[in-house]
Amino acid sequence: MTASHTTGGRRLIDLVPHIVLIVGVLIFAFPIYVTLIGSTWDSATIGRGNLPLIPGGEAFNNYSQAWSESHGARASYTPVRVMVLNSLVMALAIALGKIAISILSAYAVAFFRFPFRMAFFWMIFITLMLPVEVRIIPTYKVVADLGLIDSYAGLTIPLIASATATLLFRQFFLTIPDELVEAARIDGAGAVRFFLDVVLPLSKTNIAALFVILFIYGWNQYLWPLLITNSADMETIVIGITKMIGTGEAANDWNLIMATTVLAMLPPVAVVVFMQRWFVKGLVDSEK
Amino acid sequence: MQRRVIFDNKLLPYLLLAPQVAVTLVFFIWPAAQAIWQSVHIQDAFGLRSEFVWFENFEVILRDPNYIETLKTTAIFSVSVTVLSLGVALLLAVLADSKIKGARAYKTLLIWPYALAPAVAAVLWMFIFNPEIGSLGQLLNRLGLDWDYRLNGTQAMIMVILAASWKQVAYNFIFFLAGLQAIPRSVMEAASIDGAGPVRRFWTITFPLLSPTTFFLLVVDMVYAFFETFGTIHALTHGGPGKSTETLIFRVYQDGVVNNDLGASSAQSVILMVIVIALTAVQFRFVERKVHYA
Amino acid sequence: MATVDIRNVRKSYGPVEAIKGIDVAVQDGEFLVLLGPSGCGKSTLLRMVAGLEGITGGEIAIGGRVVNGLDPKDRDIAMVFQNYALYPHMSVFDNMAYGLKIRGIPKPEIQSRVAKAAEILELGRFLDRRPSQLSGGQRQRVAMGRAIVREPSAFLFDEPLSNLDAKLRTQMRVEIKRLQDRLGITSLYVTHDQVEAMTLADRILVMNHGVAEQIGTPLEVYQRPASLFVAGFIGSPPMNVLDGRIDPAGAAIAMPGGAVLPLAAPRAADAGRAVKLGIRPEHLALTAADAPGASSIQVELVEALGADTVVYGRLPDGESLVVRMAGLPACREGDRLTVAPQPGALHLFDADGGRRLAEA
Repeated sequence: MTASHTTGGRRLIDLVPHIVLIVGVLIFAFPIYVTLIGSTWDSATIGRGNLPLIPGGEAFNNYSQAWSESHGARASYTPVRVMVLNSLVMALAIALGKIAISILSAYAVAFFRFPFRMAFFWMIFITLMLPVEVRIIPTYKVVADLGLIDSYAGLTIPLIASATATLLFRQFFLTIPDELVEAARIDGAGAVRFFLDVVLPLSKTNIAALFVILFIYGWNQYLWPLLITNSADMETIVIGITKMIGTGEAANDWNLIMATTVLAMLPPVAVVVFMQRWFVKGLVDSEK
Repeated sequence: MQRRVIFDNKLLPYLLLAPQVAVTLVFFIWPAAQAIWQSVHIQDAFGLRSEFVWFENFEVILRDPNYIETLKTTAIFSVSVTVLSLGVALLLAVLADSKIKGARAYKTLLIWPYALAPAVAAVLWMFIFNPEIGSLGQLLNRLGLDWDYRLNGTQAMIMVILAASWKQVAYNFIFFLAGLQAIPRSVMEAASIDGAGPVRRFWTITFPLLSPTTFFLLVVDMVYAFFETFGTIHALTHGGPGKSTETLIFRVYQDGVVNNDLGASSAQSVILMVIVIALTAVQFRFVERKVHYA
Repeated sequence: MATVDIRNVRKSYGPVEAIKGIDVAVQDGEFLVLLGPSGCGKSTLLRMVAGLEGITGGEIAIGGRVVNGLDPKDRDIAMVFQNYALYPHMSVFDNMAYGLKIRGIPKPEIQSRVAKAAEILELGRFLDRRPSQLSGGQRQRVAMGRAIVREPSAFLFDEPLSNLDAKLRTQMRVEIKRLQDRLGITSLYVTHDQVEAMTLADRILVMNHGVAEQIGTPLEVYQRPASLFVAGFIGSPPMNVLDGRIDPAGAAIAMPGGAVLPLAAPRAADAGRAVKLGIRPEHLALTAADAPGASSIQVELVEALGADTVVYGRLPDGESLVVRMAGLPACREGDRLTVAPQPGALHLFDADGGRRLAEA
């Protein structure tokens, strides 16, 4: 009797972690669920504020309208396909650009001795302390003076210098044994060949991991595209959503906004879910 | 750390560095220098002449009660976001790390919000808490709470804190999990043999051993709350109502972009730089400590 | 095939001189072992031959051609590293073929060279594997294969067996010896292991503090160590070294403990001189108390190794003395033994510089 009572109590205590975790998962899933559901109803239903908890029948209309048309019932917008393309270009250019220039400069710093090496290293290092937000106005001016407002170049190039990625690659390069370099030199490989034949293949995992976090970083940019893009053709999807919402009045094309939001979340979430292993590695390693 | 073997090309390293150095100089160093230069100058109305004014711009800012108010807002916002997102993440990580069924599934379900932009997270919260279209927003009103974060400053603050923390939990969760997995099982087993219960084990073993991770996240979360939450605030409240959710970074944007006051905006940028440098310095002291740990 | 000539080679790091002028001419097909404790400069010397370290002074010639200014790849040498230094992302085949590809050697020839090396090293089954899928010994063989396929003028080995366990080390030692005999390629081999040196070398260069203490065949180095350092470094357990003084007649050595050891050949010229006296443990034997040169020792520790026994004892004046005897003699801690050196087994060194005294 006493024994079975204890096991019963045990079981209840064992359930506590599950309950807490499930509540946690629900808190994170609920807003997404509401948005997903909302994107399948018409705007009037949403606007009245009593959105059902089951999907409606407007999904196809909402998504196709948001995807390709430049206006809803109440206002005109940039079509999602344009904004997704802009976001994609921005995310890919930032991720690939950062990886490319970081791996090259890390290679220079790790494998060569040359005058002012440490000066260059510190110059790159300092950028850690200068996030775009703190030098936003003067950087904007530079981009404006260069005539890069409303261009992909202006949107991406100022963001591709990255101390974090350079430090990560340098750290990894320092783990490549000296003997491997020597073996390659004796085999007749110079600096360029060694980079292409040995360093690059060995860096594959690091590159994949960095790509995941940098893609998300690029896709999620907000303040910078807000400043640099004026024309509707250049709008990124994250900015597009907040422009569609405006002041958040009831009389909005909520159905389109919600469909757009879902489409804005999809690529980065997919990258995280499908590349989870690399993503976690990239995140944890780059902060070491 | 240096390696013994190097290549002896003379020109190649400069070529390899050139792209990064060029971008850094043009878009980092030069603008930062400009910010510093402008912060100690005042331009005339036409932008034709500028006068060196020492720290006048800083004095003006720091004497401005509005700016002090913004500082307070930022402090409340940052501390709340940091504490809230750290606490929730730690709780979830400790539970998900314990040997329970489905731990892997929980992990996957808890880390994906990392992928969301702060602004998108804010929009999701708006869909729910908007007093007109949001189900919970309406519920709060029906409960007689008079909920409208667009009019009530305190409610607006609560909204941005919750939305910003909600997004940051995933990041902290990932690092806490990594930290927990680095604690050797044998230490925990030794503690249970010594007779420590789960709660006691947590406070006397797990928490102290996690302190490097916690400290690191503390700094990262502060930086996040200072800068990256611009999107959250811009999407949700635009700093309002009034100036009740205007943080430092939002104000730089307001003064520089919207009001076009370069001197004030630059001085604020320089203040932000000092804050980031301080935070980074703290973080690197910690990194050094972590090296000694290993 | 080539000679390697090292002429008065020096290496400095700033004010620190790591190699203080080494001269050695390695014959075509010879196996020279560079032996010494860590930090003695042996690896540095090898890396200077390879071209991985600059040469501060002197000259290195491979096959009669001075290579001081040449890149490693132009020196026609191949090197085997302690940690194998295999390319982790390449298959065994690609690891061996990489240097040949870079040199633009035609594919069919690469194929046949790698196949031949793989056959010699019994690596044929592993050509598609990655290094991480191989055992330590197999990796070591791949590293050697990479050197062989190049068909270089000289092989350079940098402690190639240090990362292997004892059993594998012995096995690989034999393989390297066989390989070198078969290929007959001039080899320089760095090690701190005297057994490797004794078994592999045609000649050994014993190094200490950047100086060549002795260059000679393994037997020469063992039988006539040129200095106290060499005497102590080669032989296990190491040679006993005692203080002594040559008596006024130059016919015997007086030990501080009172024993008098007769010299095989009288050294009138050194009469009265203080010397260091070296006696190898294996050259001491049990003897009667009244035999010439006999000393009594108190046994402190007995290590029975099976084939022989090492006895650690103490002389009456407190100096320790190690004796190695064949078989399993009946002695225990606390016993008193009387031992004397075998005739002609005394090594005399200068008490100051530690150099071996010229033969009388």
